[in-house]
Amino acid sequence: MIIVVGAGPAGIAAARCVLECNLPVTVIDDNPAPGGQIWRGEAINLGAAQLLSGTRVVAIDGRARTVLTEGPGGPRTLHFSKLILATGSRELFLPFPGWTLPGVFGAGGIQALVKTGLHVAGKRIVVAGSGPLLLAVAALLRRRGADVRLIAEQARPAALFSFAAALLTNAAKLKEGAGFAWTLAGVPYATGAWVEAAEAEGHVRHVHLRQGNRRWVEECDYAAIGYGLVPNDELHSFAADSEHVIPVPTGDVDLATLEGAAAGYEAAGQPRPSAKLERARRFGAVLARAFALDPELRSLPKSDTFVCRCEDVTLERLCGWDSFRAAKLHTRCGMGPCQGRICGPAARFLFGWQDTSIRPPAFPVRIASLVTTTLATNGETS
Amino acid sequence: MIGGGATAAGMGHLAVMDDSDPQFALTSYSQALWSELAPQLPPDAEYLPCGSLWLAADDEEMAEVYRKFAFYQERNIAVEVLDAKQLAEAEPNLRRGLAGALRMPSDSVIYAPCAARWLLEGIPVFLGHQVSEFTDEGVEFANGHRFAAGSVILATGTAITRALPWVPVQPRKGHLLITDRYPGFLHHQLIELGYLKSAHSVANDSVAFNAQPRATGQILIGSSRQFGTEDSTVEQDILSRMLARAIEYMPGLPTLSAIRAWTGFRAATPDKLPLIGLCPGHSNVYLATGHEGLGISTSLATGRLIADHILGRLSAIPREPYLPGRSFDGHD
Ligand SMILES: Cc1cc2nc3c(=O)[nH]c(=O)nc-3n(C[C@H](O)[C@H](O)[C@H](O)COP(=O)(O)OP(=O)(O)OC[C@H]3O[C@@H](n4cnc5c(N)ncnc54)[C@H](O)[C@@H]3O)c2cc1C
Ligand SMILES: Cc1cc2nc3c(=O)[nH]c(=O)nc-3n(C[C@H](O)[C@H](O)[C@H](O)COP(=O)(O)OP(=O)(O)OC[C@H]3O[C@@H](n4cnc5c(N)ncnc54)[C@H](O)[C@@H]3O)c2cc1C
Repeated sequence: MIIVVGAGPAGIAAARCVLECNLPVTVIDDNPAPGGQIWRGEAINLGAAQLLSGTRVVAIDGRARTVLTEGPGGPRTLHFSKLILATGSRELFLPFPGWTLPGVFGAGGIQALVKTGLHVAGKRIVVAGSGPLLLAVAALLRRRGADVRLIAEQARPAALFSFAAALLTNAAKLKEGAGFAWTLAGVPYATGAWVEAAEAEGHVRHVHLRQGNRRWVEECDYAAIGYGLVPNDELHSFAADSEHVIPVPTGDVDLATLEGAAAGYEAAGQPRPSAKLERARRFGAVLARAFALDPELRSLPKSDTFVCRCEDVTLERLCGWDSFRAAKLHTRCGMGPCQGRICGPAARFLFGWQDTSIRPPAFPVRIASLVTTTLATNGETS
Repeated sequence: MIGGGATAAGMGHLAVMDDSDPQFALTSYSQALWSELAPQLPPDAEYLPCGSLWLAADDEEMAEVYRKFAFYQERNIAVEVLDAKQLAEAEPNLRRGLAGALRMPSDSVIYAPCAARWLLEGIPVFLGHQVSEFTDEGVEFANGHRFAAGSVILATGTAITRALPWVPVQPRKGHLLITDRYPGFLHHQLIELGYLKSAHSVANDSVAFNAQPRATGQILIGSSRQFGTEDSTVEQDILSRMLARAIEYMPGLPTLSAIRAWTGFRAATPDKLPLIGLCPGHSNVYLATGHEGLGISTSLATGRLIADHILGRLSAIPREPYLPGRSFDGHD
């Protein structure tokens, strides 16, 4: 059985391509319905694929070729012939004074909240961080009646120029961009700018912005701040040496879909080269360079700013260690329930550390889920 | 990295043990040293004087409780026997129907990596330097640099056999799992007496119930013992068996949230005693390894014994039983 983890654009494309090769496929996703980050709530047809929704893969055994899942029916161990990991990405948060205050969200975070019912009409919102996602989020907020005060993009104009040039070669993206420009007419777009601090009276009230040597304060009801995306690659690190495990690089919807399809064909034993995929990868690389993080952002957190919010570890306590593992061991940074999902990527940017000590389970699970009595085969329940 | 070896993986239970007289001597001496140090330990060493309970499931194990009780009493170690009712009061989350327990009030728990860092304060440490050669005059690093020294102590844990292939140390893999915070779920370090059967069994894989309250309110659950593997992967089947065993003792565990599992390797010797003292064939090279599952407990005594030797002092306990040159005849 080929198993796909993740029912976002990449996992859906992968499953469809496996089916196209006349092989059975099981798709596992931890959300109540398929769609992933961006097609959340949309009707999705997965054809003959077996879909296990509300089910999370918490561990992989690369040698035994099994995944351990936790779902509505309790824990299950499933065998796979090939395992496609289309687990998508999450936002990168960079710590700054006030980043944990109520009302300070991720950019994608507020997008998801709005889609699931947060009312933003009439609310003053500062959107900040980096990447094209800021535009998509600001446009959505504005369509929902929010007063988007400004968009602060950390990338500098020179870097963004290469992105603009690449856009001109990509008709679909250009159209999307033009749509955002229309919706966002009149909203200031400050480049080389970022939020240095947020302040609150119970709830966020204003943010301090900086653009080069210029500093100012902007009043707001919400701040939506995200510095781009980091891949959810924890599961892969449990079985990185297994030839039967295929990780799918993620990106925007188009790239994710093409990468997913390529992984699906590969898993089915019928790899297909795709010129479109190559082009999308090149565009993705341009994007990554254009929105590369400014090294100056390393000075965002102050010595008493929490970097690890699970274990309350401040920047000060992290200075002086030579690796994430050493910092973890001695300060408990990344040892809390999120297991370094948030502070790990931040520490990578701030200190250049790689998290080399990722251990199962990939998510907190009930102890009962780790006690499996029998091993199921081919998708049968244990 | 300081404390990055087995020390990063262990449970940090500071225990007195009675497997043999020399083991008792070393563990009780070391525990006295830990108690002396306790008031100075930094908060992140999370020293928790919680005591231990050795759990007896049935009458046979209860007989063992009484044997241990007599052993420790004879040697002036504070101990107490709990009957079934007293045990249920002391640890309400244990399953009903256990026969009783032996309480060792002076045992404690520590977070070893931070304790190790604190113990090294003021001592020059060369991190990221691998020692490739050693002689009675000093060591040579992998990068070719030499460091002259009057004495060299090899405290490299399971890696000792890379430098000295004849040393009878074998890695013995163990699994542990930590939960989210549940303050008050348990109060003592708990160990099933069946653990002794498990720790001593020569069978390749065994699991035994072992649970520890952490200063953070988290619960550390152990443990497994495996020979014949050097692969640090968390094995689902072993983890599953280990947790099933733990649930037999604590029926409330299944609904608790597990946040992380990991493995580590104990440096096991054939006679269950560490190798402490002069390395055969050398006049200034000492070994300090082979502590298996007790290396945190016995660390301070280990240090003292070697320092005594180097300084020509008498030691508080006989040093002979731990000398690396001893005979291992009669042990497999
Ligand atoms: C917060 C956020 C907002 C975004 N907004 C946009 C946007 O507006 N426009 C845009 O083009 N791109 C956006 N992106 C980028 C987005 O990730 C991609 O466009 C697209 O969703 C990628 O598809 P994917 O299939 O690779 O990943 P996803 O769509 O993220 O799908 C991965 C799926 O796998 C599931 N999963 C992960 N781990 C496990 C596990 N262990 N067990 C079971 N299931 C698991 C996830 O819950 C998810 O359903 C956003 C990303 C994030 C993080
Ligand atoms: C699962 C488990 C549970 C345990 N529970 C307990 C417990 O409850 N109580 C208890 O007392 N003990 C326990 N232990 C045992 C205890 O953790 C170990 O005995 C102890 O940590 C050993 O410490 P050490 O300093 O001898 O070795 P290590 O901590 O392994 O340190 C050896 C160091 O030497 C370094 N090194 C190796 N070779 C070289 C070289 N050539 N050059 C330079 N450096 C080198 C390594 O990098 C490492 O940092 C447990 C162990 C495990 C695995």
